[in-house]
Amino acid sequence: MTRHTLSVLVENEPGVLTRVAGLFARRAFNITTLAVGPTEHPEISRMTIVVDVDKHPLEQVTKQLNKLVQVLKVVELEPDSSVQRQLMLVKVRADELTRAGVLEVVTLFRAHVVDVVPDAVVIETIGTHAKLTALLAALEPYGIKEIVKGGTIAIGRGAKSITDRALDRPKPTAG
Amino acid sequence: MAHANPSPAALAQPASPQPPAPTTSSVPTTNTAPVSPASVAAVTTSSVAAVDVPAPSGEVMTGAQSLIRSLEEVGAEVAFGIPGGTILPAYDPLFDSQKLRHILTRHEQGAGHAASGYAHATGKTGLMIATSGPGAANLVTAIADANMDSIPVVAVTGQVGAAVIGTDAFQEADIVGMTMPVSKHSYLVKDPAEIPRTIAEAFHIASTGRPGAVVVDIPKSALAAQTTFTWSDDVDLPGYRPITTPHSKQVREAAALLAKAKRPIIVSGGGILRSGAWDEMRALADLSQAPVTTTLMGRGGFPDSHPQHLGMPGMHGTVAAVAALQKADLIVAIGTRFDDRVTGLLSSFAPRATVVHADIDPAEIGKNVRVDIPIVGDAREVLQELVPALKAEFAAGNQADLTAWWRQIDSWRKTYPLGYSTPTNGQVAPQHVIERIGALSGPDAIMVTGVGQHQMWSSQFIPHEKPRTWINSGGLGTMGYGVPAAMGAKVGCPDSTVWCIDGDGCFQMTNQELATCAINDIPIKVAIINNSVLGMVRQWQTLFFNERYSNTDLHTGEGSVEIPDFVKLAEAYGAVGLRCNRLEDVDATITKANEINDRCVVVDFRVATDAFVWPMVPAGVSNDEILYARGMSPVFDRTEV
Repeated sequence: MTRHTLSVLVENEPGVLTRVAGLFARRAFNITTLAVGPTEHPEISRMTIVVDVDKHPLEQVTKQLNKLVQVLKVVELEPDSSVQRQLMLVKVRADELTRAGVLEVVTLFRAHVVDVVPDAVVIETIGTHAKLTALLAALEPYGIKEIVKGGTIAIGRGAKSITDRALDRPKPTAG
Repeated sequence: MAHANPSPAALAQPASPQPPAPTTSSVPTTNTAPVSPASVAAVTTSSVAAVDVPAPSGEVMTGAQSLIRSLEEVGAEVAFGIPGGTILPAYDPLFDSQKLRHILTRHEQGAGHAASGYAHATGKTGLMIATSGPGAANLVTAIADANMDSIPVVAVTGQVGAAVIGTDAFQEADIVGMTMPVSKHSYLVKDPAEIPRTIAEAFHIASTGRPGAVVVDIPKSALAAQTTFTWSDDVDLPGYRPITTPHSKQVREAAALLAKAKRPIIVSGGGILRSGAWDEMRALADLSQAPVTTTLMGRGGFPDSHPQHLGMPGMHGTVAAVAALQKADLIVAIGTRFDDRVTGLLSSFAPRATVVHADIDPAEIGKNVRVDIPIVGDAREVLQELVPALKAEFAAGNQADLTAWWRQIDSWRKTYPLGYSTPTNGQVAPQHVIERIGALSGPDAIMVTGVGQHQMWSSQFIPHEKPRTWINSGGLGTMGYGVPAAMGAKVGCPDSTVWCIDGDGCFQMTNQELATCAINDIPIKVAIINNSVLGMVRQWQTLFFNERYSNTDLHTGEGSVEIPDFVKLAEAYGAVGLRCNRLEDVDATITKANEINDRCVVVDFRVATDAFVWPMVPAGVSNDEILYARGMSPVFDRTEV
C-alpha cells in the first residue's frame, strides 16, 4: 500500500461529497484525509483526498470517480511535483518547568503558540505530513493532550492550472 | 434548509388530492389546448420571434404541469407507476396528456421492471413513476436491476415538501441517498424552474454512454408551485462526455492481433444490443471466421444458428465456449464486462490469451481481467472501424490458418453438446418445455424470464436469432423480473408474441401484474416451469450442501399441496389458465397458448423437480473444472494446443 494524493474537481452542488465518499466506502478504501473547499471558479469545488491504497485498486476508483456526472476532473498529485500542506492544532502539557522546552520545539519547527494557560499551550502548525509527524514526536515527551488535523490540501508546482484544463477539455467518462 | 419561505399550504400537505387541482385546471384553459403541447410550443416560438423578445420567458404553469410537459417533450411515450401523496400533483396533468400513456401497475417494483422490459425490447428509455417513501423504496430493486444490466430507465419520484425534508415527515425516505450506489445519476429538484432541464438531462444520461438508471426526486412543493416552462434539448454537462469513438491506433492493433491469432475467440456482450451493433458483429464474425460466444446479456446479438456461434460462456455456458476461452490465444471482447459468472476463478481464466477489450465504460476495462489492448468506445463504432482494419490486414496477407482451432472446437462441440436427460419416472423435463416454446413460437417472439434454472435453460435451449428478443435480469439476478418485464416488452412491442418463462418461485413474487395486463389489454403469455421448488437454490443444495433442502420447497408442484392453484389464480386475474403435466400434451398446450391473443395466458407446466442446469462451473473455481453433468468433467489435455 502506498500513499496517494488525489485532487478532484467537482461541481459545487449538494450531494457531491456523499457520492465521492460513497465510492471509496463501496470499495472499502479508508480515506486518510479529505479536504473540500471552493476554488477560483464559483461553480467548482476542489477535493483533496489522501488514501493508502495499491496502484491497481486506485486506478479503478479513479475511473469510477470519473464516471460521476458531477466530477469534472481527477488528478493524482505526485509528492515531488506538488506542494502538500496540512494544518494541525495540538494541545500540549506545559507548566513552569516545561514551558521553555515546549517553546523551543515550537521555535525549531517554526510553529506558533495560539493559546496559553498555566498548565498547557495550544500549538498551531502547517506543513507536510512528515513535518507534522516530527513535531508530534518532539512534543510527545511533554504530554500531548489533544490533536486536531485538517485534511491535506495540495497544488501542483509550476504555472499550469488543473482547473483551467478541466473546463477546457472533456474528461474520459462513460457514465 | 435554505428555504426561508415555507408557504405551508404548498409544502407539507398531507395526502389530500384537492389543493393542486384548481391551479392545474385553471392554467391550461389559458392555452385552450393543454393536451397538445406541440401546438402550444409552436405558438410560443412564433410569438417570440414576432415580438423579438431577447430571452423567452416561457409559459406559466405549475411544476407538475412542467414535469408532464417535459416528459412529453423528451419523447417519453409510456410511464409505469402508482400515484400517492407527494406525486399526486403530477398525476393531475398526466390525466390529460395525449402523448404520455400511464399504466397503473399493482406494485412499484412491477412498474420499474416494466420500464426495464420496455427499454430492453424497444431500445428507448423506460419511465417509472412512484410516490415518496415506500413508493420510491419499492423502485429500488428495479433501479439497481436496470442499472446493472445497462438498461436506460428514468425514475420520477415524489418527495415530501422541501421545507420538511429531513424531519422524518410522513412517507419521507431519502431516495436519492438510497439509490446513489445503484444508479447512474440522481437529482433532487427543489426549484420547479429546474424541472425541464433536469428531465432533459436525466433522459440524456440514462440513454447515452453506458446506459443506466437515473432518479429524479421532486418534492411536492416544487410540483405544486407556479413556475415557467421553457424547453431545450441542449444538455450541457461538463462532467459527462462519454467517449464513443475509439482510438484508431488501438483498433488497428486489435485487427493485427486478430489477423494473426491462431486460436481467437470473440466475446459478444450486451453492449452489442445496447448500441445496435448486431450487423457489425455479424460482419466481424463472417470476415474473421473466428468463433463467437454471446454472453447472457448479449444473447440474440449474434444468431445462435450461425455456424461460428459456440453458445454462452461462463457458469452455465457450453463446454465449447468455456473451453475455447480457456485455450484461446486471443480474446476479442466487445461490449461486455467479464462478470465473475463468465470468468470463474479469475486467476485461472484464459491463461494463454492476449485480451482485446472494447467497452464504452473505461472503468470496466481492466476491472476484472487484465487487458492488453484497451479500447474505449461505442461497440458499433468500434466494430465499424475494426472490420475494415481487419480487411486491410487480410489484404496485406496477414491471415492465420484457423483449421486446427476449428477442428479442436468442433470436437468439443461434438463430444459435449448441450442436452438434458428425460426423466424416467414419466415426469416432464423442464428443458423440453422450454425448448418447445422456443421452437413453436418462432424467432420473432420476445422471450422474457425470471431468474434461476428456467432462465438458464431458456438461454440455452431457445434459439436466440434476433436482437432484443431476449430479456432477463443478468447482473442483479432479480427473481420476479419476468412478469412485469414481459408486460413492459409487450407494451413496447404490441405486435410481438411475448412469452414470460417463469419459475414457480419467481412467478409468486410479481404475478399481481397480471391484473395490470388484463385491465390495460396487454396480453402476455406466461409459462410457469413449475418444479415445486426454488430450483437453482435446490440444485446448489444437492451439489454443495449434502442434499439438505433447507427452505426451498414451495409446495406448488404435482403431488404436493399445490398452493396456489396457478390455473385458478390465472382465472382470477382474467387470464386463461392451462395446465400441462404430460409430455404428450406439451406441444398442444403451447400451440393453444400461442393461439390466444386477446387475453393473457398462464400455463402451469408441471415438470420434474430434480432436473439440473448443466454444464456448470461451480462458483469460485476455475473454468477448467467445468462439469458436463454430475460428477462428469470433460477431459482436457492440459498441455494441448
